[in-house]
Amino acid sequence: MIERLDQIFILLRDWLVHFLPANWQAVVATVLNVVAIIAVFPTLFALVTVMERKGLGRMQNRFGPNRVGPYGLFQPVADGIKALTKEDVVPFRADTIVHFVAPLVLVVAVFMGFSVLPMGRNMVLADMDAGLLFFFAMGASTELSVFMAGWSSRNKYSLLGAMRAVAQMISYEVPLLMSGLAVVMISGSLTLSKIVEAQNRYTFGLPHWYVFTPWGFAGLVLFSIAAMAETNRSPFDLPEGESELVAGYFTEYSGFKFALFFLGEYVGMFSIAGMGATLFLGGWSAPLAILNWVPSWIWFFGKLMIAMCLFIWIRGTMPRLRQDQLMNFAWKFVIPMTLVNLFVAALWRFVGPGWARWVVCWAILIAFYVLMGQTILRRRGLGPRSYRYAE
Amino acid sequence: MTPVFYILAILTLAGGLAAVTLKNTVHCALALTVAFAGLALFFLQLDAQFAGFAQILIYIGAVAILVVFAILLTRSSEAEASGGILSRHWLAGLIIAAAVFAVLGWAILRGAQALPQESAVPAVTVHQIGTALMGRYVLPLEIVALLLTSALIGAVIVAMHEKESAK
Repeated sequence: MIERLDQIFILLRDWLVHFLPANWQAVVATVLNVVAIIAVFPTLFALVTVMERKGLGRMQNRFGPNRVGPYGLFQPVADGIKALTKEDVVPFRADTIVHFVAPLVLVVAVFMGFSVLPMGRNMVLADMDAGLLFFFAMGASTELSVFMAGWSSRNKYSLLGAMRAVAQMISYEVPLLMSGLAVVMISGSLTLSKIVEAQNRYTFGLPHWYVFTPWGFAGLVLFSIAAMAETNRSPFDLPEGESELVAGYFTEYSGFKFALFFLGEYVGMFSIAGMGATLFLGGWSAPLAILNWVPSWIWFFGKLMIAMCLFIWIRGTMPRLRQDQLMNFAWKFVIPMTLVNLFVAALWRFVGPGWARWVVCWAILIAFYVLMGQTILRRRGLGPRSYRYAE
Repeated sequence: MTPVFYILAILTLAGGLAAVTLKNTVHCALALTVAFAGLALFFLQLDAQFAGFAQILIYIGAVAILVVFAILLTRSSEAEASGGILSRHWLAGLIIAAAVFAVLGWAILRGAQALPQESAVPAVTVHQIGTALMGRYVLPLEIVALLLTSALIGAVIVAMHEKESAK
């Protein structure tokens, strides 16, 4: 019974497909998988937009949208109707083909990333041998669409926003990949389902998730920082700096194309949060061995939602980073930290099990973090905070 | 030669042709990206998963962006190509291109005779690539790493000197 609940979507799909002749079954099964992904994630996107606006509102001591439905839950419906019925304004001198294709490339690249995420036991769309590499390759393709959007609008502010966005995305792609690299090193495979299998073990009822190891914890923190920068999410949202560049690289987009960009950004957040959950938080495995009766896909989506809440929380809390602060942070702090994390992960493996490796690894990470922080602060010449009040 | 091969071939060739014949330089860069994507799909069609995804990640994700930045930071994006797209020395270019094509074609055809006919495609897993890189090909790997490090240091030095000369 528990097994059937866990595999309910797989069983549903197999039941729907068994009515067809044998050589159609594989194709229709794949199509059903794809339809499920395309149905689920935009629905989650609608939910998360409401969650974000209400959450940000409460953090800013106001209510979020509360007119449209009970507690404002139908706000995305209203947003969708507005986006669909707005006039699609394209600037006269804009490059029409590239302007049209840019949001398409973004949405396609972002949805392709979901094909390798294991969303439950046996629930991967395409269990590729080099799944992690495929995911990051699709993430790299989104940068091109950002540039295309900014450039084709023939608008200096859009171009500025696009250049900043691309510079930020390529700088933070390195720590994104390298923090995932420590996981690949330890689990020995680029296949995401094998990485989840390696974390699905329990000692004394506690899971073997990589986040509970020193290098895994540092890796998760670095991965989240890089993920927030990759999806242009606050505090890294200078490219779409709302107070400076109107809307950055999608200034000249209105109506449905803007909705596509918005969708692409949030769905990109989902997919990177899903990747973070898979690499560090054990994917679809339960936190305690006794909780294995809860279906695996509930755990995966639960972790995804918690990651979303974290993203929204940080957006409402931290101020925006300036472009040079952002780039300095990437190249001078995050990348050395990821290199040290790789070294610590290797040390973890070679010291062997026991208490020694915990102490050594934590010591190296904390020492390096403190050292880097002190060096950067000293170079900047910051002293204790001083206040000046108006007289 | 399956239909998929022909479709991918047309895509790649169209991308390459568009990259040299379009007037707007940024359009050329985007067409080049399409050609890269076509190559990546070729790799995937031949079951070389790692090569295909690495092609997308590196060429489309980094090299195309580099090309586009280079176009933007120079003036060639604003001034459209004047005087047509064909250069004045088109005959010499044609002869050189034909010679290079002839050499490549001869090399491939000579090499193809040495391959076994219709053998089963060896399933090269990432694990095998990894053990090969760390075992047999570790010296080229380290030399390439050294090369990349020197390129990185060179880029930083070039950027630094520009800042000093601007003072």
